[in-house]
Amino acid sequence: MSSPAPDTPGLSATLAIPTRRLTAALLGNPNTGKTTLFNALSGLNQRVGNYPGVTVETKKGQMTCSGQVFDLIDLPGTYSLAARSPDEMVAVDVILGHQAGEPRPDVVVCLADASNLDRNLYLTVQALELGVPIVVALNMIDVAESQGIRVDAVGLARALGVPVVPIQANKRIGIDRLRETIAKTAGGPPPACGAKFPDAFDGEAAALSAALGPEVEPFLVRRLLIDAGGYTEQRLSERFGNDVHVKAKQARERLAAAGVKVPAVEMQARYGWIRSVTSGCVHRPAQRATTWTDRIDRILTHKVWGTATFVVIMFVVFESIFTAAKPIMSLIDGAKDYLIDLGHDILPPGQFTSLLLDGVVQGVGSVLVFLPQILILFGFIAVLEDCGYMARAAFLMDKLMARCGLSGKSFIPMLSSVACAVPGIMATRVIENRRDRLATILVAPLMSCSARLPVYILLIGAFLTKGFPWWVPGLTMFAMYSIGLVLAPLVALALKRTLLRGETPIFLMEMPLYKRPSLWIVLRRMYDAARAFVVRAGTIILAAMVIVWALLYYPGGTDAEGQIREMREVVKEDSAALKEKEETLAPLQKELQQLSSNAGDPTRIAELRQQVQPLSDEVEKLQKIVAGAEEKVRPVEAEWKRQSYLGRLGQAIEPAVRPLGWDWRIGVAALASFPAREVVVGTLGIIYQAGKVDPDDISSAKDLSENELTQALQSARWDGNPDRKVFTVPVALSLMVFFALCCQCASTLAVIRRETRSWFWPAFTFVYMTGLAYVGAFAVYQIGQLLM
Amino acid sequence: MSSLDQLRPGQRARIDSLDGVDALTQRLMEMGLLEGQELEVVRLAPLGEPIEIRLGDYCLSLRRREAARVRVTPLGVTGE
Repeated sequence: MSSPAPDTPGLSATLAIPTRRLTAALLGNPNTGKTTLFNALSGLNQRVGNYPGVTVETKKGQMTCSGQVFDLIDLPGTYSLAARSPDEMVAVDVILGHQAGEPRPDVVVCLADASNLDRNLYLTVQALELGVPIVVALNMIDVAESQGIRVDAVGLARALGVPVVPIQANKRIGIDRLRETIAKTAGGPPPACGAKFPDAFDGEAAALSAALGPEVEPFLVRRLLIDAGGYTEQRLSERFGNDVHVKAKQARERLAAAGVKVPAVEMQARYGWIRSVTSGCVHRPAQRATTWTDRIDRILTHKVWGTATFVVIMFVVFESIFTAAKPIMSLIDGAKDYLIDLGHDILPPGQFTSLLLDGVVQGVGSVLVFLPQILILFGFIAVLEDCGYMARAAFLMDKLMARCGLSGKSFIPMLSSVACAVPGIMATRVIENRRDRLATILVAPLMSCSARLPVYILLIGAFLTKGFPWWVPGLTMFAMYSIGLVLAPLVALALKRTLLRGETPIFLMEMPLYKRPSLWIVLRRMYDAARAFVVRAGTIILAAMVIVWALLYYPGGTDAEGQIREMREVVKEDSAALKEKEETLAPLQKELQQLSSNAGDPTRIAELRQQVQPLSDEVEKLQKIVAGAEEKVRPVEAEWKRQSYLGRLGQAIEPAVRPLGWDWRIGVAALASFPAREVVVGTLGIIYQAGKVDPDDISSAKDLSENELTQALQSARWDGNPDRKVFTVPVALSLMVFFALCCQCASTLAVIRRETRSWFWPAFTFVYMTGLAYVGAFAVYQIGQLLM
Repeated sequence: MSSLDQLRPGQRARIDSLDGVDALTQRLMEMGLLEGQELEVVRLAPLGEPIEIRLGDYCLSLRRREAARVRVTPLGVTGE
């Protein structure tokens, strides 16, 4: 049987003799099918776990082996247990039982790729010394066979002294035997075989062990001795004092004098033993066969074809998150607006209705609206990574990204951020190096995302279109996009030279064999990303939305809403009549238009004309009445926002925004747009008394000069100085530059908080970007004033 | 004696030694770049870096900075 039955832990547990629940850990190199094996063993029953202080995620699941229920921990993929950072230490800590809240595993499953056995066994051989029973799962035997490599699993098991089970995780072959072997091995004696180190080394290790005491495992003592400046040394010196450094250093010096080179001694001993093990049980062809991967790579890493393919793939990814997500996003947005309008119609007015609709529904909607982009991007990333192309993309782009202190793996996150920084920041998970990843996260929001578009379109349409040469609007838009493209690499470079300074990360990247991506892995990855965003970031976004709602609503909200409702109540019947008449009028007008343009039946045309004329007169009259009432509503709304807490704050900070050419109203709009940039358009609409404005309408409008908001902005005057226009070209440019550079996006900040597990980095991002935005807007306005 | 970063695509070589005792050298050795090991330069990235090498059963890419650590004796060029 090749496909495992779905796990039914409850049933199996009751049938078996009730025993203590056991734990198994899954350890292996990257690109060996570890995720596939984890899925095969644990089925749907899995969740993502995090340990404090580390950014790597460990997955946990449950599996049943011979009636025994196991907790299965999927450790981060690694090539070695020589840890240099807390992230790399996770695997060691879990296996040694040092991870708080995790029991020590009863068995460790070491996954090894049969087509590349020697290097894969390096990690396995390290694990043999952890004092835990080991089962070796020999994966990809089919791939090895296709290359003419045959592995004798029985011989390998005898030589290594641990059970070896050949499997094909992707086809679910050998999984049942693996389960049986896991159950048999768990809780048994630790492996007895292992690599032989020189006697001088063993002697120094024993002496160090005696000095540190029995509670430090021999494995960690060896790591201390070998990894000069490694994480084990750091942690042991925190526990035992500086003496640890001194003792380890002296021991290394004595070894060097005796001709034992550290760290080379470890690799020589392990690879030496591995070769003696595999020479007897791995049969390789005399001549290495050319593989499909070789053939594909001749094209995909080719100077011309490879680069062209890369550009096409990136274009498809980018277009998909930019364009394909649009309809679904509009749908979510539309549903949200519909719910809010409906709610306002049927619920009694008041602060609770407003909180529910304008705070909570608005907030939930603005969380969900990101989901299409996240799902699409993570679908692509999962496919590209699982099939092996991601390493090739990084290979092609590395040199370019290295110029700004990053690596090839930063390219996709940065590109994705041009559509939206939220999925872009989440995509930085493919970057293993912590500092590179942080630098990428911190500059990703500088890339000009799609939420900035309404702001640019509105202001360019209002102030840089009429009376300017035809190329000015396009050039301005291009300039706005370029700001981010130019500044992001510069800021990354600056960060890597200052705050995130450190050794250049080591760039050693395996070029895995190409394979067909697994649908299950892709779907799982999309689901995990979406879930992580909604659960962890969504709550913060929602909170931010509600807070800004409250600051704009209080203290005048209840009164103002009452007043506005009364004003609309007066014209309620007229509004209803208007709606009804408009509905009757529309089809008649349409028919008339059709007939007259096709030179249709003249009697019918005359008949229609007679019907339409009085109706449209009436509609016009009613429209005037309703518009008159709305005219009165606007100053009330504007005054309410002006007197709100946020409005007062905006007025208080006017001196600070004056050097940017802004009046207090622009200041309030900028403050109110903290949850999301595009909100600024709506707030400008309210504050400049143009009524409600939807940013989407701005984006899709063909001619903005007729737009009410455009006209309101064009005619806005400074308070107490009716001769001075608020918006001039320098002011419009200053506002655009501000929004190009600022981090007015609660979602971005929430995602940074989630990905870095710290409030410091979102705070830092907000401060540095706002600082940059202020300086940029200031410079543009002041220079603009001089030139105009 | 030359180092790995000086080899051209298609060239095979045997590793003589690795410079340094730091984390970088440690990582290189962990990935299988050991004295006596033979390797082949498969290709360079379009921008001249990283370098892709074949090492035993698998392929690895590394930057010039990393490759400069690896002292090699050239063995010849694979004819293909």
